[in-house]
Amino acid sequence: MDTIIQGKAYVLGKNIDTDQIIPAEHLVYSLSDPEEVKMYGKYALSGVPIDQAGLPEGGIPFVEEGYFSSPYSIIIAGPNFGCGSSREHAPFALKVAGARAIIAESYARIFYRNCVDGGFVIPFETAQPLNKSILTGDEVALDMANNTLTNLTQNVTYQLRPLGDVVNIVQAGGIFEYARKNDLMASEA
Amino acid sequence: MAQTITQKIFAKAANRKFVDPGQSVWLNVDVLLTHDVCGPPTFDIFKQEFGPKAKVWDPSKVVVLPDHYIFTANEHAHRNIDLLRQFAAEQGLPNYYDVGTDRYRGVCHVALAEEGFNLPGTVLFGTDSHTCTSGAFGMFGSGIGNTDAAFILGTGKLWEKVPDSMKFTFEGQMPDYLTAKDLILQILGDITTDGATYRAMEFDGEAVYSLPIDERMTLCNMAIEAGGMNGIIAADAVTEAFVKARTSKPYEIFHSDPDAQYHSMYRYNVEQMEPVVAQPHSPDNRATVRSVAGTPITKSYIGSCTGGKLTDFRLAAKILKGKQVAVTTNIVPATVLVASQLSTETYDGQSLRQIFEDAGCSIALPSCAACLGGPSDTVGRSVDNDVVVSTTNRNFPGRMGSKFAGVYLASPLTAAASAITGKLTDPRDFL
Repeated sequence: MDTIIQGKAYVLGKNIDTDQIIPAEHLVYSLSDPEEVKMYGKYALSGVPIDQAGLPEGGIPFVEEGYFSSPYSIIIAGPNFGCGSSREHAPFALKVAGARAIIAESYARIFYRNCVDGGFVIPFETAQPLNKSILTGDEVALDMANNTLTNLTQNVTYQLRPLGDVVNIVQAGGIFEYARKNDLMASEA
Repeated sequence: MAQTITQKIFAKAANRKFVDPGQSVWLNVDVLLTHDVCGPPTFDIFKQEFGPKAKVWDPSKVVVLPDHYIFTANEHAHRNIDLLRQFAAEQGLPNYYDVGTDRYRGVCHVALAEEGFNLPGTVLFGTDSHTCTSGAFGMFGSGIGNTDAAFILGTGKLWEKVPDSMKFTFEGQMPDYLTAKDLILQILGDITTDGATYRAMEFDGEAVYSLPIDERMTLCNMAIEAGGMNGIIAADAVTEAFVKARTSKPYEIFHSDPDAQYHSMYRYNVEQMEPVVAQPHSPDNRATVRSVAGTPITKSYIGSCTGGKLTDFRLAAKILKGKQVAVTTNIVPATVLVASQLSTETYDGQSLRQIFEDAGCSIALPSCAACLGGPSDTVGRSVDNDVVVSTTNRNFPGRMGSKFAGVYLASPLTAAASAITGKLTDPRDFL
């Protein structure tokens, strides 16, 4: 696992639910067929009302019309990111679109588990709201070893909450990889 | 050491005497539920991780209830049903309820109860956030993603953090204008959409125990709307009668110890409560119906796992009898059984179905339908700037289809009263 993830920030508000992350009508596509998988990139975050998309100004889609991936790789959001349904298609869609990490004030439980156990995107928590100070398009760098986020555009560094117990699953790349490494699948099966 | 009901069920499933909130434990799973949206990707992950010839840990404990995208021309949706059918055949799953056959049931959370899979003291995981509905039977039920579900399919186990519990006690006699939906929307307004994240929501009090089982399911169903891991109501004689009428499987009834520790406790007197709605665009955006009465609506929708059960339709029929609806009103029974009960159950000498038809409602086939929008040809799906009053459980932007629509979550009484006037209307105006 890389210890530094660097890229452009995409900023969102609070309570971004799974219908905004991937609207239910698109859940019909396969998550294993390579051609159909692209559709999850195309529609990632397409349910966010346009005035709330890409803060503070809004009006910036995560994925441009006609594209299947996003120029943004780190999502910055307020509290309760990923609330709503259990669809694993949500963190999957973010990954397909090119997101690698999320920095939110808090997460809904099922979404958080899905991010970690499926090894899709890394869900960091921040104690202080960052979605007011970071602007969509800012170049940011997430330092996994030191739990910090540096805004390279504004030259500011923020301390994030450590991942805690789940860091081992994140480092393994998901629950199955973690379970195999730790003989859990054999002994628990 | 004193424990809550949720701790006791965790302890049993983890083969321990006691578990502490915050501790992560491996739970033995009694039932894994999946459906047409999350089943196919779950089965893919299962085969990828355990091998193409792997067998599920216990075919009798896997329940597959297609319900989301059923009555649609969408070919991808049809393909997903085919994938469920294939996997069920390959694995010899006895509890697959195939579309287009007399085994089709409808919305999974309601069908689980009808088919006798909900048993006090057991552990249910499902690839649907509203799996918490089953907590109404004094059991643990919680939603998970495909990867976790695939892990269970192979091992019969899952790690879970023992939740802290919040207790919600409702005292008093339920007034006839109040329903379980009003109670849970009241709570959501008080604690907000992340007020119970990673916690158990335990419901108690004489008003809760006066409710029929399907109303108790409505309470537990929306625990997830507060971020809750589970909602739970200890089993009583009503629960036992319901369960015993459907299955002879064993179960164990747990109660919270009187000195169990809670994260927080809330008390309400239902006699002082009013009908409420959740305004767009969040289930915690509460207002009394009276304070928003007169707001024009374009649709009324009565259906889903939380609002399409027999009691919901009994309540709606009480208001709609002999009246005409002023806006498109969709009646969407959760299951085939509920749909048949519309014909057999009567109110004031008429069948519920007749009452709805006479009022000008349109009655749909049982499925999740427009609760979550669904493919573009889904019945009841919101379009453009629709303003919908709905007995469903979520109203985030775009939830029922159109990103530009506004959804007011409400009780079936409020949805029916508003259908008649074409405006948000307090049901007391018709009772």
